[in-house]
Amino acid sequence: MHPIRKQRLKIVLFILAGFGLAVGLALFALQENINLFYSPTQIVKGEAPQNTLIRAGGMVVEGSVKRDPQSLKVSFQITDYAETVDVEFDGILPDLFREGQGIVAQGRISGSGDLKAVEVLAKHDENYMPPEVTDALEQAGYGKDHYSKE
Amino acid sequence: MWTWFHRLGSPRWFYNISGRWLPWLSVAAAILIITGTVWALAFAPQDYQQGNSFRIIYIHVPSALLAQSCYMIMAVAGAIGLIWKMKLADMAAKSCASIGASFTLLALVTGAVWGKPTWGTWWVWDARLTSMLILFFLYLGIVALHSAISDRDQAAKATAVLALVGLVNIPIIKYSVEWWNTLHQPATFTLTEKPAMPAEMWVPLLIMVLGFYCFFTVVLIMRTRFEILVREWRTSWVKEILAKS
Repeated sequence: MHPIRKQRLKIVLFILAGFGLAVGLALFALQENINLFYSPTQIVKGEAPQNTLIRAGGMVVEGSVKRDPQSLKVSFQITDYAETVDVEFDGILPDLFREGQGIVAQGRISGSGDLKAVEVLAKHDENYMPPEVTDALEQAGYGKDHYSKE
Repeated sequence: MWTWFHRLGSPRWFYNISGRWLPWLSVAAAILIITGTVWALAFAPQDYQQGNSFRIIYIHVPSALLAQSCYMIMAVAGAIGLIWKMKLADMAAKSCASIGASFTLLALVTGAVWGKPTWGTWWVWDARLTSMLILFFLYLGIVALHSAISDRDQAAKATAVLALVGLVNIPIIKYSVEWWNTLHQPATFTLTEKPAMPAEMWVPLLIMVLGFYCFFTVVLIMRTRFEILVREWRTSWVKEILAKS
């Protein structure tokens, strides 16, 4: 390789490495701020700020959804399988909202430690399968986790 | 050892050989995309949770893949242009920018359309969506920078540096869903594990991805050939071609 080209190649690699390192360090420093939501463990530990809008993410606990028959009010619990947080919401839930489903709720933490949500978004996972397969799996006594972990 | 590399850099050689590839690639792209679309929309099963709305994956995933591949091709072509001063690499890099911008926009729009029924929102500032938006702005910046500098070689140099600097965004997009909490789900497909989707769903997706790659190659070759004609119009071989048509 021609020495001038070799030198240019070195400059290009230097730009790439230098910029990559700088951005890597910046992202590492900003780690906490880039996360979209706090986990229930972080909220219970008090890592999430009170009385400001935050997002909390977790799985909806099976059997915890209570709907008010007179209004749109709904309360449920979210968990990361270590800690649980109560969520109250007054509004329309997304179609994918169901028990056992991952969700992200935006709202404020009240004094008692539960989240007054203003917006609830459903998070779906990376597994896709036809409805017949899930029915067959359920009849055979397997949950969808069994399929995905295989 | 370098002769094949320098021959590849000759616009005339590339113009001739790519002219022979184009019909095959176009036919392959058309067949793959039509087969993939019909299979995906009519024959692939519904998803157990999302129903039919998951079918937008067949456009969303290929365009998002292409958006990132195109950026990497553009950055590598830019680096080759910087180091070896190869004219063809500069032309290819320039052609990539607007194609990549279109695929990124398509990925963002289909993602928003998919997000509304499933997540309940068009847009959320999570790491995956934001880094993809940054990719879109990088493409737009490269297009704008190229047209802002009138000297062709200076423009190629400046955009190549910008493309290389922006390359750091590609691993961020890829790993954003693993490094941080996001609303966007993690990757369904990895090289090491079997897909989290049955074959009757991923086969049409694979066909669509291949079709999109063929389509992208066709568009890239066509734009680069156009660029060659514009820049080399003074040479005798281009005059010959133009006289014939």
